[in-house]
Amino acid sequence: MSTDLLISIIITVVGASTPILIAALGELVAEKSGVLNLGVEGMMLTGAVIGFAVAFVTGNAWLAIAAAALAGVLVSMIFAFLTLSLSANQVATGLALTIFGTGFSALFGQGYTGRPIALFGPLFPAELATHPTWRVIFGYSALVYFSLVMVVAVWWFLKKTRAGLILRAVGENDVSAHSIGYSVIGVRYAAVAFGGAMAGIAGACFPLLLTPQWAERLTAGRGWIALALVVFAAWRPFRLLAGAYLFGLVMTLELYAKAAGGRFSILPSEFWAALPYLATILVLVLISLRGRQSNAPACLGKPFLPSN
Amino acid sequence: MQYRLEKRPEPSRLMLYLSPVAAVVLTAVVGAVIFSLIGYDGVGAVREIFLTPILNPLKWQDLGVKAAPLILIGVGLAIGYKANVWNIGAEGQYVIGGLAGTGVALATRDFSGPWILPLMVLAGILGGMAWASIPALLKTRLRVSEILTSLMLTYVAIQVLNYLVLGPWKDPMGFGFPQTVMFTSSQSLPRVIPGTIVHLGVPLAFLIALIAWLVMSRSLFGFQIRVVGAAPQAARYGGFSANRTIWLALLVSGGLAGLAGIFEAAGPFGRMVPQFPTNYGFTAIIVAFLGRLNPLGVIFAGLAMAVAVVGGDVAQTTIRLPNAAVGIFQAMMLFFLLASDILVRYRLRRVVPQTAGSAA
Amino acid sequence: MTKLNRRTLMKIGGAGLVLPVLAGRAFAQSEPLKIGFMNVGPKDDNGWTFGHYTGMLALEEHFGDQIETTFVESVPEGPDSERVLRELAQQGNKLIFATSFGFGDYVLKVAQEYPDVIFEHATGYQRADNVGTYNARFHEGRAVLGTIAGHMSQTGKIGYIGSFPIPEVNMGINAFTLAAQKINPDIQVQVVWLSTWNDPAKEADAARALIDQGCDILVQHTDGPAALQVAEERGIIGGFGQGADMSAFAPNTHLTAIIDVWGPHYIETVQEVMDGTWVAEDSWPGLAEGEVVIGPYNEKVPEDVVAAAEAVENGIIDGSIHPFTGPIVDNMGTERVAAGETVDDAGLWAMDWYVQGVTA
Repeated sequence: MSTDLLISIIITVVGASTPILIAALGELVAEKSGVLNLGVEGMMLTGAVIGFAVAFVTGNAWLAIAAAALAGVLVSMIFAFLTLSLSANQVATGLALTIFGTGFSALFGQGYTGRPIALFGPLFPAELATHPTWRVIFGYSALVYFSLVMVVAVWWFLKKTRAGLILRAVGENDVSAHSIGYSVIGVRYAAVAFGGAMAGIAGACFPLLLTPQWAERLTAGRGWIALALVVFAAWRPFRLLAGAYLFGLVMTLELYAKAAGGRFSILPSEFWAALPYLATILVLVLISLRGRQSNAPACLGKPFLPSN
Repeated sequence: MQYRLEKRPEPSRLMLYLSPVAAVVLTAVVGAVIFSLIGYDGVGAVREIFLTPILNPLKWQDLGVKAAPLILIGVGLAIGYKANVWNIGAEGQYVIGGLAGTGVALATRDFSGPWILPLMVLAGILGGMAWASIPALLKTRLRVSEILTSLMLTYVAIQVLNYLVLGPWKDPMGFGFPQTVMFTSSQSLPRVIPGTIVHLGVPLAFLIALIAWLVMSRSLFGFQIRVVGAAPQAARYGGFSANRTIWLALLVSGGLAGLAGIFEAAGPFGRMVPQFPTNYGFTAIIVAFLGRLNPLGVIFAGLAMAVAVVGGDVAQTTIRLPNAAVGIFQAMMLFFLLASDILVRYRLRRVVPQTAGSAA
Repeated sequence: MTKLNRRTLMKIGGAGLVLPVLAGRAFAQSEPLKIGFMNVGPKDDNGWTFGHYTGMLALEEHFGDQIETTFVESVPEGPDSERVLRELAQQGNKLIFATSFGFGDYVLKVAQEYPDVIFEHATGYQRADNVGTYNARFHEGRAVLGTIAGHMSQTGKIGYIGSFPIPEVNMGINAFTLAAQKINPDIQVQVVWLSTWNDPAKEADAARALIDQGCDILVQHTDGPAALQVAEERGIIGGFGQGADMSAFAPNTHLTAIIDVWGPHYIETVQEVMDGTWVAEDSWPGLAEGEVVIGPYNEKVPEDVVAAAEAVENGIIDGSIHPFTGPIVDNMGTERVAAGETVDDAGLWAMDWYVQGVTA
């Protein structure tokens, strides 16, 4: 395989992995605080349509990303209010959020199909970004570097800051955290908002990074892969990074193999499509076999009901 | 002025029945206003989505056919959720059930007789159970969360479907289109009301829901489930094995989902196609909650969802409401219904700010 | 605010009662002919459904007050489509177009129940007394595209993004390749199957993969311009619009497009229904009837290439050129069409092979 081809593959893989990584990072923080938000796909679609619309109207990609993040936060607040303040079931509410996001994005996007926008260009200057070799490192748009920075930021936040410790405590033992005096609901609201913002940005990656257009269901189920990814990574940010690129690699390599005229393997393409999900189950089993707890936040999915 | 949610001494029966109604009315009002503001016929939308399906007798058969799988799956899930077993993978079990039944149909293509259909149905139930037994095994043996495993398995099931329908099970006479051959008449669910599309699965769904309600409210099994869900420690003292409950809950919900799958395949679909997963498994989760995890409630909730779906089609064909708007109406209804649930268990109390130092 | 008073209830009830009466009445010339369209996607999908929507607009412009149209979008291919068809029939639509292959089974079912309603199924093959099928000879357009590609490709490698290996797609691939090879016998066509009609991100990645393999012209048979956008981004020689003119998405790379123009067929069909001369048949027009139109050529296409393309186009129109003229050998070495012979319609439907030079 020539270097050029290898570099091209790497660049494509990075493109495919980045939105999943960003969405998964957001969901990781939410889940670490004890909230299971199954509405990721809906939030991503909302971010995608708003990001596209703002990019189309203003021509400014940064504004578009900011708007997408804001849209994600707003939509996630519906979920937060229902599940945190009204103690509604998180699974049902998350699914309802996905339905809402799908419908809202389709309705909002009706005037925007058939319109192209400009791709969000590379962050670094052209000499580095288009250099045959160095573009592997410097050729990406700001969203990619953002995702990498956020991996470190989330890790550092959870591991090294007091706020992160509180968040983890809320996720592991909400009653104790509450009795110490921390606002469980408040922390979770913030975590869900962060998840919403990241999901919105991840959605915006599609029109800004991958396919500069709007079409219904543009994200085509990537939100569910992001959910799987969080579990696959055992709620650890660096494993999330590795997992995202692994998933992206599998998704991309198959296409490249087909394009090269060969078969990726004897196994049918459906097997490779199912692989991220099978791998996630396998990881869960392995962690359990090693005798450790699954690392899932103990309060994941359970509403906080102080006993007063 | 602060408000606080205060737990009621016991769930309010009034709110139990009033809150869903209030939620639907609120959806209608808010929806009509919002859609009128953005330029659609808001009142017309509400009328076509919510009222016409109920009032137009021609639509009742559609309601029945659409509600049946939701009720079947919803009942199974409700039983499981009552026991604190969170099966999120009903969609996958539904698909595998449909596939299992299809497999039997393809194998018995050249035969005919009244034994074929029951065999297919049995295969469907067993298929759904088998798929649900994976999360059951992982949960009881390795304490792996059934939420995650059952959800992941759903997407695996969809890929299995794609593989079979695009590959070995593809109809050789179908011009290469991804679909199996059509089921023969021995392999199709009979219509129970002539002149309508109401197939056998519809009354059976209602019947099974009623039986489930009887079992859950009158039998030891039902009692066991409820105790295990409400007070696991007490259940252990009572001799109810947690593992057995997990297995039972997953097998029952998996089996019912698989049953719904084969009913849909042998009934409305008539063959297996890649479009088979229609999200019934996920919608049924919502139906289970809307029905307050009670099989009778699930019947009503299933019908309510069916109204929203069927009404959506009516609105599209009569007042040209765009398809996307229908999804928003449905989501709004769900949000309001989920939100109204709180009023059953809690009530709103005005709080006078307390001085520092008083007991929490 | 929805006022649920006696008056609205009477209105709704009354409407419900009138519906069956309307459906039963024979079509009277004085009132507008109600026409329904059932589609698998949204009208702004940049491609397939958009083409039918444009066709409907042409109908409205031509017939004005004489017709009343309903356009239902995003109907899944499954039992839901059966319900929508029935709904359309119940609403008094006398002519219904179902614009996707997967609707076929359900069109036949509903057609049986409404013998006085005329149904037309796009890209289907099953007919009945009141069910006709219609299609467009897109492969004729592909032959024109192939001519252009044959002239303009420098690497001799063409990337072809396909959805499913169904006859319609296979015809397109083969017609394209044969035409290109007439210009440059060494043309190689590499096909990548997406197993979906609509996933822009996957389409874009497939385009990138093909370009990385050295393809300098891209063709796609999916709904949407994602591949074209990648072509533009990478600056390869060219790509083509599918179903509609997509030059807005790729001003430098968009060489031309195959445009679906359903207007003429729709106008002809409606006129036949109005005159009472409609018969159930398979309608398969192409370039000659103006149902397949080649879009405007990009400035960068050299004049002699434009001339060659137009020559092929005119040749097909006047019958002197047939896209599938023998000798044709498939990519396994078997001769499929003898010298001097052409492939007839039945042979086109049976096309599950690929010509030499195609890797699929």
